Amino acid sequence: MSESGPSAIPTESRTAIAASPNGVSTAQIFREFLLIGATSFGGGVVAYLRNGLVTRRQWVDDKEFVELLSISQTLPGLNATNMAILVGDRLRGAMGALAAICGICLPGAALMYLVAMVYAAHGDHPLATAALKGVAAAAVGLVLATCVQLGKKSLSNTYDLIFVALTVLGVNRLHQSVLTVLAVVGIVAILWYRPKKTPDKRATSWTK
Amino acid sequence: MDQIVALLRVFAYLSLLTVGGGMAAFPEMKVLTVDVHHWLTFPQLIHLYSVGQMAPGPNMMMIVAIGEWVAGVLGAVVVLLAFFAPTACLAFYTGRLWKRLEKWPWRTSIQRGLAPVSIGLLLAGCFTLAKGAIFGLDTAAIAVAVLLILLQYRVNPALLVLAGAVVGALSFVPK
Repeated sequence: MSESGPSAIPTESRTAIAASPNGVSTAQIFREFLLIGATSFGGGVVAYLRNGLVTRRQWVDDKEFVELLSISQTLPGLNATNMAILVGDRLRGAMGALAAICGICLPGAALMYLVAMVYAAHGDHPLATAALKGVAAAAVGLVLATCVQLGKKSLSNTYDLIFVALTVLGVNRLHQSVLTVLAVVGIVAILWYRPKKTPDKRATSWTK
Repeated sequence: MDQIVALLRVFAYLSLLTVGGGMAAFPEMKVLTVDVHHWLTFPQLIHLYSVGQMAPGPNMMMIVAIGEWVAGVLGAVVVLLAFFAPTACLAFYTGRLWKRLEKWPWRTSIQRGLAPVSIGLLLAGCFTLAKGAIFGLDTAAIAVAVLLILLQYRVNPALLVLAGAVVGALSFVPK
């Protein structure tokens, strides 16, 4: 399967392994990501990843971390799991990627498995229902805060706001599927920011 | 067996919708798991998602609970694989091709164009969540308080969600 890719890949990943300090083992990768997966309470796994991988282990440097993060954010999938795959692959190829994603998912998955059983048994207890009502309201505030923070960082003009509004309208008002909205608004937005064909524009701006 | 196949299809599909984060897939998850397949009720989905905000690791681990309810351990494993394998493979191969894609002029356009759309999807997910979580002034007050605190101070969000549970337990128990 992997042979379908370009032949340059194996050499690239081999140099990546050679460049990593002391040749990180699959077990080490699993353990580090397990630790991050078990301690990253409160979302924002990216900060925990940076702390673990860049500061503590020095497996990747800051520049590489930011580059991998930008790949993670472009692709579908959660940042946390995409980062696990990308860093794991850089460190130890396919096995490293597998170890990293298993490690980061395992603690949360096990916890939610237990939650499922406890909820099924006691979820309709009046006290639980009351607490869950509070939890759900708080979660709305949390997601809204993430929206505001991301928006401040990456929305820079009126057109961006229009794309945000069109997306929300499409999903919540017109009740279109997320896929349809993603396809329509996504493609319009990408075309809006299509590559400019004026390479010498920078040169003219020098004169001003 | 039909249920396992259904779980596999639904979560593999949802996997590819998670542009900019898991919340992007939330409105679709509501439609498929609640309205189409009746695996759980809307309040249950809201509860699982919200409780999931307190769990460590990638923030969509609540899907494990849906899998467990539908088909036990097997269901939980199938849901995890279906939800994470497609995007993991995509990330794996894109990561390896990145050196070439870096110089592709459309790459910047895609990143730039998807940024507002992914924020829109997050907001849309938030509205879907709010429909099942905000019932009046009391719940709205909790949401606004959490929003303002998070924008103003560096607090661990999991603690605020926990605080929401305490406030809820103290004030929403029917007399």
